[in-house]
Amino acid sequence: MSARTLFDKVWAAHEVVAETPDTPAVLYIDLHLIHEVTSPQAFSVLKSLGLPVRRPDRTLATMDHSTPTNTDQVFGKVPIKVDAAARQVRQLEINAAEFGIELFGMRDERRGIVHVISPELGCTQPGMTIVCGDSHTSTHGAFGALAFGIGTTEVGHVFATQSLLQRKPKTFAVNVEGRLRPGVTAKDLILAIIGKIGVSGGTGYVLEYRGSTIRALSMDERMTVCNMSIEAGARAGMIAADEVTFDYLKKTPRAPKGKEWDSALAHWRTLNTDPGAAFNASVDIDASQIEPMITYGTNPGMAVPIGGAIPDTVGDEVFDKALRYMGFHNGEGMLGKPVNVVFIGSCTNGRLEDLQAAARILKGRVVAPGVHLLIVPGSQQIKQQAEDSGLAEIFRAAGADWRESGCSMCLGMNGDTVAAGQYSISTSNRNFEGRQGVGARTLLVSPLTAAASAVKGRITDPRELM
Amino acid sequence: MQPVKRVSSKTVVIASSNIDTDQIIPARFLTTTTKQGLGKQLFADWRYAKDGSPIPEFVLNRPEARAAQILVAGRNFGCGSSREHAPWALLDFGFRAVISTEIADIFRGNSLKNGLLPIVVDEQTSRWLLDHPGADVDIDLEATRLTLPTGAAVLFPIEAFARHCLLNGIDELGYLRSKLESIERYEAALA
Repeated sequence: MSARTLFDKVWAAHEVVAETPDTPAVLYIDLHLIHEVTSPQAFSVLKSLGLPVRRPDRTLATMDHSTPTNTDQVFGKVPIKVDAAARQVRQLEINAAEFGIELFGMRDERRGIVHVISPELGCTQPGMTIVCGDSHTSTHGAFGALAFGIGTTEVGHVFATQSLLQRKPKTFAVNVEGRLRPGVTAKDLILAIIGKIGVSGGTGYVLEYRGSTIRALSMDERMTVCNMSIEAGARAGMIAADEVTFDYLKKTPRAPKGKEWDSALAHWRTLNTDPGAAFNASVDIDASQIEPMITYGTNPGMAVPIGGAIPDTVGDEVFDKALRYMGFHNGEGMLGKPVNVVFIGSCTNGRLEDLQAAARILKGRVVAPGVHLLIVPGSQQIKQQAEDSGLAEIFRAAGADWRESGCSMCLGMNGDTVAAGQYSISTSNRNFEGRQGVGARTLLVSPLTAAASAVKGRITDPRELM
Repeated sequence: MQPVKRVSSKTVVIASSNIDTDQIIPARFLTTTTKQGLGKQLFADWRYAKDGSPIPEFVLNRPEARAAQILVAGRNFGCGSSREHAPWALLDFGFRAVISTEIADIFRGNSLKNGLLPIVVDEQTSRWLLDHPGADVDIDLEATRLTLPTGAAVLFPIEAFARHCLLNGIDELGYLRSKLESIERYEAALA
């Protein structure tokens, strides 16, 4: 057989029916993750057709998007503040019970952001196809899975058939070589990659992140990279599984055990791009040249090194509109700009290593007067780990607002929002207009840069405080 | 599903590039559990002032927008979140087609499944359309042809199976369920 990419291998193993010029492939889905926001209308379709969820054993539900992060609301001391969100949460509880789906509900200690809990439980495994009604499903590609976001109609398709109609995407090699410098994180790397290929450069492709830099990343870091593949337009990003992946998985509760582990491992080791396999596109990135990155505009491709300046672009209406929204000007430097809110969390940067990075900066320091630092763990398990290891105490001592897990301020639909005109230094994935609240101005950064900016009360190069 | 064969209408132009689905419908409106009624919230943050009153200059608030079925937008329309609420909101407002030089993957798929035509055209055609808001445009799905009022016509790409389903009003789920035997065989081989 000719040399194949990792993507080709995973795709071929899940083709129930191959594509033809007239018909798309029928692609089998190993794992379907669902949450409260994009599932209700799909359940309604099943009910109207009188169909069951075909494979509830391959379906996992949690609540994260519209759920509050306020402890009293989560644990029922006070009602959920957003009425419609409360209804959505209740609807998922009803649907999960009716269709026999395992639900990590509001007070379950395993609840969290869907893209955080599936990996930490060991449900996400190499070579799988994984879908969810959420574009950041690309996160799971960090384990060598083919994982992508789908719409609600497709959620219904997977419910009814455990399959999807799909055209085979093209492949794109992102080759990253060199060592990341101290203070430069996986978040900075992916922002630099998006800056290079553009916010639609990956449209129609599955990215494969390759090279020595990627191999040296931890699983938490690999998830940060794959998570933002969609911000380059790619539905999926993948990283071949290796010893780092296997070490991570071995400690998870739902990974195969005993003999099953051995046979799974033997299979997973074959899931690599063969030498000489061809990609439809490629880009080379020198990691040693990357600086801590920050966005200045209203899409994730509008990013510069933190010590740099906003480009002096002239005569571009869209660019001008973005700067007007942000209240910035052409050619201005980013360092020293004001900060109102700092958000550390999300499916991009809400994992334990992200909290550890923030704690490195925050330890023995306090948040600048007038700055609201919100730290939201990606899952209840991560919250507990942060409590047990002393991170939470560092956050509290620094004056941070330390919450229950959820999507929180990443998308401002759960009560956690940024006020109009305010500057939010955020470790999330999208700086779109209004993403964190009507009129909110979002600047995307790493957890290190976020923490440093919270302490100084202005945009700060984290290396100043390391 | 109703068949979709042709969309003929005046256009509405929103020229920005990289219009993401958070602009098309902000996340705070996603707490709904139905598909209906989202047209009111289409482009909410561009369309309404802080007090909820419509901003008269915004194109969707102008009288000519009410009858328009075709939205012309800048490059990379529909990027970002996978929310199907974006095509639901566009359809509920009255749009039946979106034209751009580039349309994001997930949005494109979601649109096709709901009868909203995602039409990708070349730079030159796009430029003309962006410069001529209110133009009478004809989209013929059978012929995969877009015709401008100048008489100029261009062919547009559209995935063959989605086109077949749209033209014949076929629900893709019905087709997928017709493959259940193959799916069962696949599962049996896994075990």
